[in-house]
Amino acid sequence: MADSTARTLISQAQLNRGRGKLVYRIVLTVVVLVFTLVFIGPLYFLFSDGLKSSQEAIATPPTLYPHHMHLSTYTAAWGRMSVGRLLVNTLYYAFGALVFQLVFDVAAAYSISRLRPVFGNVIFAGMLAVLMIPAAVLVVPQYVTMANLPILHLNLIGTPEAIWLPSVANAFNIFLLKRFFDSIPEELTAAAAIDGASPLRILRSIIIPISRPILGVVSIFALVGVWKDFLWPLLVENGYNPTRETLNVGIWDGTLTTPQNEILAASAMAAIPTIIFFLIFQRNILSGLTTGSLKG
Amino acid sequence: MADLATLKRTPGRARALARTRAGVDPRRRSRSPHGLGPRISRNLSAHGFLIGAVLCFAFFSWYPMGREIVMSFQKTQFGVTSWAGWRNYDRIFRDPTFWTAWRNTLEFTILALLFGYVVPFFTAILLNELRHAKGYLRCLVYLPVMLPPASALLLFSYFYDPSYGLFNNILHTLHLPASQWVQSPGTTPPTMAMISVVIAATWMNMGGATLIYLAALQNIPGDLYEAAELDGAGLVKKIRHITIPQTRLILSMLLIVQVIATMQMFVEAYILTNGGAGVNNNTLSVVTLIYQYAFAMAGASNYGAASALGVILMVVLAVFSGGYLWLTRRLER
Repeated sequence: MADSTARTLISQAQLNRGRGKLVYRIVLTVVVLVFTLVFIGPLYFLFSDGLKSSQEAIATPPTLYPHHMHLSTYTAAWGRMSVGRLLVNTLYYAFGALVFQLVFDVAAAYSISRLRPVFGNVIFAGMLAVLMIPAAVLVVPQYVTMANLPILHLNLIGTPEAIWLPSVANAFNIFLLKRFFDSIPEELTAAAAIDGASPLRILRSIIIPISRPILGVVSIFALVGVWKDFLWPLLVENGYNPTRETLNVGIWDGTLTTPQNEILAASAMAAIPTIIFFLIFQRNILSGLTTGSLKG
Repeated sequence: MADLATLKRTPGRARALARTRAGVDPRRRSRSPHGLGPRISRNLSAHGFLIGAVLCFAFFSWYPMGREIVMSFQKTQFGVTSWAGWRNYDRIFRDPTFWTAWRNTLEFTILALLFGYVVPFFTAILLNELRHAKGYLRCLVYLPVMLPPASALLLFSYFYDPSYGLFNNILHTLHLPASQWVQSPGTTPPTMAMISVVIAATWMNMGGATLIYLAALQNIPGDLYEAAELDGAGLVKKIRHITIPQTRLILSMLLIVQVIATMQMFVEAYILTNGGAGVNNNTLSVVTLIYQYAFAMAGASNYGAASALGVILMVVLAVFSGGYLWLTRRLER
């Protein structure tokens, strides 16, 4: 495998020759500089413009760096937009959704893959069919359903369950998990079954420990999904006091009444947790991305 | 890689092995504690594991799908719901903003493909050639994907500001005419307003497509390029005759995914133009119009019209992906 990946469009030998080496050096430098400028540049302004005073933030022409440091912009934005509260809300929604998804989706994938109940494949096909329906198309009937759940007649609008429960209906997660469970040798679980282990025990002691990589991928998808969602939380968690909004919706909601420098400071604070999360888990996130699309 | 391949091949054999060793299928051996037949008890416990996810799917996916179609034929007046026949469809077809929204959505999709499909393609090919700084560049490209969309889009709307924004300042320094960016009033496509939305959307989202394509590029066997070189193929010919055909499957998958995603554009225009409509409705997308029908007009919310529009969008996307799959299969034959 190493041999075949090492060979790309342009051969190593070509790059090692005098002129090729020079051209490669130049291209590499240009690419690194341009990419840094394009992808880190805007982030630089996101963080530094929050340090400007409200006059400097809307000065023409814009200043490249804050001429007078105003750390107070960040504290003012924190208070005015209740960023702390929004952060706690979003974390609560994200980790709640993660727990619900891990419990229900893992159990469902395990059942379809290993226990194989009657109609299991029909149910699985019904779940996969949901992948064909774009999410934004269903917001209206989903909202109406959430306001008055059939049979149970519950109104879940404004509760965290309005975000947690629909996130369980994630066919892609179940698909990834089932694929992985299918690849676990049956000998392992059969041996435990002969020793009298219950399905739950087999799931807990054999399947889950082996499946740690895919559980990591699914967890990342679950957290990022809630963290990035906008339209659905805008509909179901908006306009309560004290606020129940997510960071995305809450910050957007406050923009009309907030000076530009505080909007940027709040946006920067909202970005910090994801940037830290990404830097810690970047290896898992990037490999999970390709697992999810190519192999999984 | 190799382990995974063997793992995938074994289940069938392992099952047969286990069966012969235990004498019977081990899954059938467990005796039911409740005195029910072992088959029934096995099924009950299996469905017990399924029930949580199935209920969530039933309430929040399957039921709303049917509900959407039903609601598109209903109207609600003073709290009373009655059948409306095709009147909701009739109403939205007569609404001029319906056609504007479709034109804008198509415009966005085409522009987003020009930027968001072509740029990741060449970026991935470029990154694949570099032998250094690979991890760093990969992280850079994907970093914006992780940002909360509100942060990224509020930052862009700050850059786009006609008077104090960074972009106009750059244009000014380069002695180029200033632009109104998202606030441009033009309505003949391609509008500057929509191009601005696409630039922000591409910056935010291109990382995913780039990295998926990069992974596909790494699976191309290197000897194909060597053979092409022996035949005297240049860089462009190698891309055309090896790189593209070898990654055709992933390219078509990315195309479908991207078209479906861009046809649902909402948050980008909603935050950049403060409500999604833009000047003269020139950034109003279909999903924004669904949202407006259903929720934006306080007291005049029209779930029927919103559902009818949702059904139309659903049908269009289904026809598109179905037709596309049919076409690629025919071309491959």
